[in-house]
This record gives sequence, C-alpha cells and structure tokens, in this order.
Amino acid sequence: MLAGGRSTRVAGAAARRVLGKIGGGLFVLWAVATAIFFGIRMIPGDPAEAIMGGPGSQASAEALAQARADYGLDAPLYVQYFSQLWRLATGDLGTSYSLKTPVAEVLGELVPPTLVLAVLALLVAWALALVVAVLSTRSGALGSALASGLEIVSAAVPHFWLASVLIMLFATALGWLPPVSTNAPAGLVLPVATLALPLAGFLGQVMRDTLETAHRSPFALSARARGESETGVLLRHSLRHAALPGIALSGWAFGSLLSGAVVVESIFARPGLGRSLLSAVSARDIPMVTGVALLSAGAYVVIMAFSDLAERLADPRMAAA
Amino acid sequence: MTAAAPLLRVENLDVAFGETPVVLDVSFTVKPGECLALVGESGSGKSVTARSLMGLTGPGSTVRANALEVAGVDARGLSQRAWRSIRGKRVGFILQDALTSLDPLRKIGKEIDDALRLHGSGSGAARAARVIELLEAVGLDDPVRRAGQRSGELSGGMRQRALIASAIALDPALVIADEPTTALDATIAAQVMDLLGTLRAAGSGMLLISHDLAAVANLADSIAVMQGGRIVESGPAERILGDPQHPYTRALLAAVPAGKPRFAPLSPASTRASAPLPDTPQESQAQAGSRPVLRAESLSKGFAVPGGPDFAAVKDVGFELHAGRTLGVVGESGSGKTTTARMALGLLAPDAGTVELFGEPWSQVPEAARRTRRSALGAIYQDPLSSFDPRLSAGALLADALSFGATRNPRKHAAKISELLALVDLEEDLAGRNPATLSGGQRQRLAIARALAPNPRVLICDEPVSALDVSIQAQVLDLLDDLQQRLGLSYLFISHDLSVIRHMSDEVLVMQGGKIVESGPTEAVFTAPAHPYTRTLLAASPGLVPGR
Repeated sequence: MLAGGRSTRVAGAAARRVLGKIGGGLFVLWAVATAIFFGIRMIPGDPAEAIMGGPGSQASAEALAQARADYGLDAPLYVQYFSQLWRLATGDLGTSYSLKTPVAEVLGELVPPTLVLAVLALLVAWALALVVAVLSTRSGALGSALASGLEIVSAAVPHFWLASVLIMLFATALGWLPPVSTNAPAGLVLPVATLALPLAGFLGQVMRDTLETAHRSPFALSARARGESETGVLLRHSLRHAALPGIALSGWAFGSLLSGAVVVESIFARPGLGRSLLSAVSARDIPMVTGVALLSAGAYVVIMAFSDLAERLADPRMAAA
Repeated sequence: MTAAAPLLRVENLDVAFGETPVVLDVSFTVKPGECLALVGESGSGKSVTARSLMGLTGPGSTVRANALEVAGVDARGLSQRAWRSIRGKRVGFILQDALTSLDPLRKIGKEIDDALRLHGSGSGAARAARVIELLEAVGLDDPVRRAGQRSGELSGGMRQRALIASAIALDPALVIADEPTTALDATIAAQVMDLLGTLRAAGSGMLLISHDLAAVANLADSIAVMQGGRIVESGPAERILGDPQHPYTRALLAAVPAGKPRFAPLSPASTRASAPLPDTPQESQAQAGSRPVLRAESLSKGFAVPGGPDFAAVKDVGFELHAGRTLGVVGESGSGKTTTARMALGLLAPDAGTVELFGEPWSQVPEAARRTRRSALGAIYQDPLSSFDPRLSAGALLADALSFGATRNPRKHAAKISELLALVDLEEDLAGRNPATLSGGQRQRLAIARALAPNPRVLICDEPVSALDVSIQAQVLDLLDDLQQRLGLSYLFISHDLSVIRHMSDEVLVMQGGKIVESGPTEAVFTAPAHPYTRTLLAASPGLVPGR
C-alpha cells in the first residue's frame, strides 16, 4: 500500500513535469509567433509589394490594393494578429508570398538538408572535443594549456570567417574539396567543419575541465588503488563525468547550430532552412519567416526536452532529485 | 616467507614533488596482524607516505628508499603493470571521505565488483555473490538492495562500509586506511573502527593514518608521529600515549579535548592572559547566568519531502542561553541541530514555538523589525570558505561586515580591521590576502573576526571545528574560550563531537531525531547520563586509552 502510494506520487510528479514542459513549449511558440508578427512589420517596405514580386515589380496601385485585400492586410493590426494566431494554432502556416506555394511544403523540403548539416556538425564537435580532452589529460600540464588555448581560439572564431578561410585553403588553393556544397559527402565536409569547429571549442572547454577534475578526484584514486589502469579509469569513470556537461550543453548547441546554418548555407550556397530564412526576410515573405522561426523554436523546445531527459538518464543523481 | 616476515618494510623513504621534499627519511615495518598508526597534522606527509606504498604518488613525484617492501614484493622501480597486480589484490586502500571516494555515477556493487574483475576473480555470477557477501561482512543491511544503489543514496557510514568492502574484496594481506573515520558521527566512527579491528584480528596488517591520536588509540599497536615529512617519534601505542617524549607528540595529545576541563588550554600557543578587557560591559559578567540572552520555546520545524510525508526536522525544542555562558548542542547528523540554529538566527521561520532575543520577540517578528538588532547575533560555520565572497580579500570581508554592507574598501576601516585581526591572532598583513589562500585554521579565525565585527553579544557556532585537524581545532577552541572571557560573549555551540562539546559547554542539550532527549549542566549530564542515547554517544566517543 505504502509503496503503491509513493509510486503514484512519483508518477504524478513526472506527469506534472511533462505537462509543465509542454506548457512551456507552447508559451515559447506563442512568444515567437508574436515577436515575428510585430517584428517583421518594423522592416521598412510594403508587404503587398512583396506579394506582387518585390519592390522592383512596379505593380499598379489597384493591384497592390487588391493584394492587400486578398491577404487581409487592410484589416486592423489586432485583427490580423489574432487571425494569424488562429491560423497557426490550427496548423495552417499559410502560403509563401514569393514562392506562391504552401509554407509547410517548402519547409518539408528544407528541413532534411539542414538537419543533416546540424546533426553531423554536433557529432563531429563531440568527437573532436572528446579526443582533445582525452589527449590533454594524458599529456600533462603543457598539453592541457595547449588544448585550452586551441579551444578558446576555435570557440571565438566567427562562422563567416572560418568558412572563407576553409574555402580559400581547401577549395581555391588545394582544390581538394568543392567550394559549393552538394549532396555528395565531399560537399558536406567544409560546411560541417565550419559549424563543428567553434562548437567543439565550447564543448571541449567544459568537457576537458570536468574530465581533468574527475581524473584527479578521490574516486579515481580509489579505482587506481583497486588495480584499475589509466584507460580503465578513463572509460569506467572519468569519461562519463565529462559527458554530463556536454549533454547539458547539447540542447543549447543545437540551437546555435540552427543559427549558424543561416551563415553557412548562404556561404556554401546550400539549400536549407537557414538560407531560406535569409532570403525570406529580405523578400519580406512574412509567412515563410514565421514558418521557419516557429519550426526552429519548436525544434529547440523538443531538443531541450530531450537533452534534459538524456541528462537525467546519464546522471542518476538528477533523476533522484 | 615466514609468519614473522613483515608485510611492509620501509627504510629511509624520501618522496619529493619536483624539488620540494615532502617525506624525509621515513622508516617503519608492519607485521601480519599488527596495526601501525601514522599520526600528524595536514601537510605532515602521512598521506603521501601511504600513497608511495601503492605507487600512487602521481606525476612529478620521485620516490627513493633503501628498502620498500610491500606484501613481500620489492616495490622500488616497479612497472605500472606490476603495481596494478599488487593494488587491490595484496594491498587494500581505504581513502578518507567516502562521499568522493566512490564514483557517484556508479552503483556501489559495480565499484566492489571492479576489484574482483580486475584481478580475474571468478565468473560474473560468482563475483556478484561475493559482492553481496562482502556487503554483508561490512555490516550493511539489505546488501542486495545496497549493491544497486549509488553513493549519493547512502549515508556517510554506509559509504565508508561500502568503500571498505571494495578495499578488502580480495582479502589483501595489508590494509591502508587514510583517515577512515574523519567526517563520520562518533557512533558510526566507532563501528567502522570495530570493523577495521575485526580485519586486523583476522590477520591483516594495517597502516592507519589520522590527524587525531584519540581516533587511533583503540586500534594501534604502535604509533609513528609525523611532522614536516619526518617521523619525530615512534613506539608502542601505550608508550606514545602514556609517556610522550617529543614536544610535538605532547602537543597532539594536549590538543585532544577529551577529558580536559572547561577553559583548560588545549594548544601550547595559548599563553595569553585571559583577563577581561577593560571595556567589556560589566553587566555581562556581573549578571552571568541570570537572564537568558537567547530563549527558545517549543520550536518545531518540518520540511516537505517530494513523494512522501513531511520530515519533522525539529520537534518541540526549547532552551535558554545565559549571558557569558556556552550552551552546547550535541547530536548526530540529521538530529536537527543546524535547523535549530537557523531558527535561532531568525533565518528560518519555525512552524511552531518562539525565539526571544534579550527578552524581546525575535522569530515571530518580520525581518524588518529584526534587522536593527541583527548585529547582536553572530554566526560561524563549519566551512568558512564557502561563506566568504570569493572575490573579496580578507580585509574587504571585514570592511563589509564592519560597515554593515555599506563599503568593501578596507582602507575606510583600517584601524578596526587590524584590531579585529589582532583579536583572533591573525597577522595584520593577512588583510590583503584572498581567503582561498589561507589555511583552514586561518580561515576559521577570519570567520570569527568577521562574526565579531558588528560587536555581537551572542555567537552561534555551527560545527566550527569539525573540518579542522585536532591541533588546529585546539587553537580555535582556545581562541573561542579566550574571546568569551575577554568579551563576555554567549555561545550556542553545535557539534557532533561529544568531547568538543564537553570541553566547551556550561550546559548541554543532547538531540536525537529532532528532539532534545537530555539536557542540563554539562558535567552532570555526562557523568550520570539518564538517557540511553547519551550513554551510546559517550561510549562511542574516543578517548586516549589504548585498547579501550
């Protein structure tokens, strides 16, 4: 009886947490939709012109008025706001002004290439960070200082600069890799490297620090006193500790990868969410911008929930708390 | 190898980190079934000596010895592979602080199993059975469930037992225990020492390391006292405890508060005349024992527990602290001592009951009404460093306290700061240092100076010496005694250490499970304890009697 009461209460707490997460996610989506709705109206220019093909289209005043009426742009702002919220809530993302196709369809085509880019970059960043962390614990104070310097520099490098340098080096000078991203594996190397290197710097700093602390800790000494080898200490103890802050940061990292994709996809002329967001903003394609922003926000909420869950799985102390 | 051959033979051991020698010319032997205690304060080189016997002194260290025989193996110049075959199998190593000595992410069953697996002992099923057997042998209840728990889910005593289980998994001939009972409550510490005694009786050789002579007195056959990397005195335990020759050994013995009457100095440094200062308010001495300065009546406090009933931390606790007196509160972890202190400080609102300060309502008035009177009440804690803002120098901390948070510029209160530092026997030039660079004893002195800055009448001392070596503890206790006599302070003194409480208190409260089980004048309570729990505490409190 007692045990049953306790497990119901624990289940209740878990359910509250899940409901809280869903509520928080919906709040974020609403906030993003609202910020986009009002933010995009601060960009100078007339959305009706964008519908008629941009400022260069020289559409007649009648045609513009017709477009405004068609898209409901002549209604008062609050009416537009609530009708847009209602449309979004019912899952209707609208039709792109510039492409004249449903936004949901366009997004469906754009998500896979960006997802491939972001996931690969995250994996490469993790691998790089771990390799540097492990090597630096093995090479003493000098190696540790060297690794720390390397991480700070790579974490500080901006994407656009890194992309240009990589293109100049590996595409223009050496000719090893294409400067324009294609679907072939070779075409992915430079964009992924551009996104992964700065992230590896960030992840590396926290992971190496934790790894070194764990490696020096009393429980590592106890393990050695039991006859554990250095490799055994690393594999069974220290690496797990080092992974914890990496997991915690990965949710945030995924968000930063999405924003990095805007720059990287533009530079490498790679189709994807980032590049489309950029062109949609400059074309004042309000439904597209809203769609991309909501999708990114939604992805961020989901990723954060997963990284929270992964953290709880990896660290039993959090699950108990 | 004959039975009399030593398990451990160390001759002229030198250990250095880079150019800095930390262990010099150390020699000793341990025979099977024998227990040698290495005793000395932090930094005396005793832990490094222990680690050199496991080949674990770490990078940058050099170990030299004329002889270094560990469990029958010449350990000089052993390869890492050869060391690994000794560690855990022939020598078991029990580190201090079991909280951090077991991997918090792993189940303790796994940690114990590692020792068996690494030395190729049996199949998975056989090892799992052995793990349960070991947990049972070290006295853990419900060993099957314990094996699946992690160190964070266990109490301090259980962790220490689990750690011992992992160290003795392969029946090592030699057990090295580095401060095995530090940070444990007295009754738990006594149980752990009994467990180590059983191991020794079963024929294991034992090297026991401690800063506290009282902690090893029961178990050690012989004692070696270390100071500054050297053994300054060694011999049979009876001789060292009964007839110490070296002044440092005598100082260590004098530092043990057990059996020392109230106000008897514990450290040789305390030579100061304890005369009241001329500016001490007369009433605090004249009226000593008349009107309570701090009075609590039927305090209760509960805390919500997720997924369970509320936990009643304090139940119906009442006390009176009189001017110029010390009220000791003794009890084990979780007995409600700190919760009581926080309610007395007005930092935690009681669920029921009241606290009065100088006869006026304290706990039941809003913070705004308390703030002007806060300066009368000071507090010091176990870990002073975490109560200091890490960006502030010692002087800035004192300026902050002196100005009630108005300024952190030490120059504005220079005269008062040097007065405070002198009061707690700290050098004046320490004012410019960051507390992180100070020693444990210096940090606690600084904490006391900061608590004294607003000129309080009452100090609440929550485990103020529990993290300190016995010799440093002696100095801090002497300082508190001295300040009480000179400034007429009243102390609410909280400790889990019965001998500290007995030495420091005029009256005492014994707490268990949130309740006061016994109270009264200190000597009356401890010479004729009425409650069984008080008798348990007394029995577990180590004294300086060899072989109890």
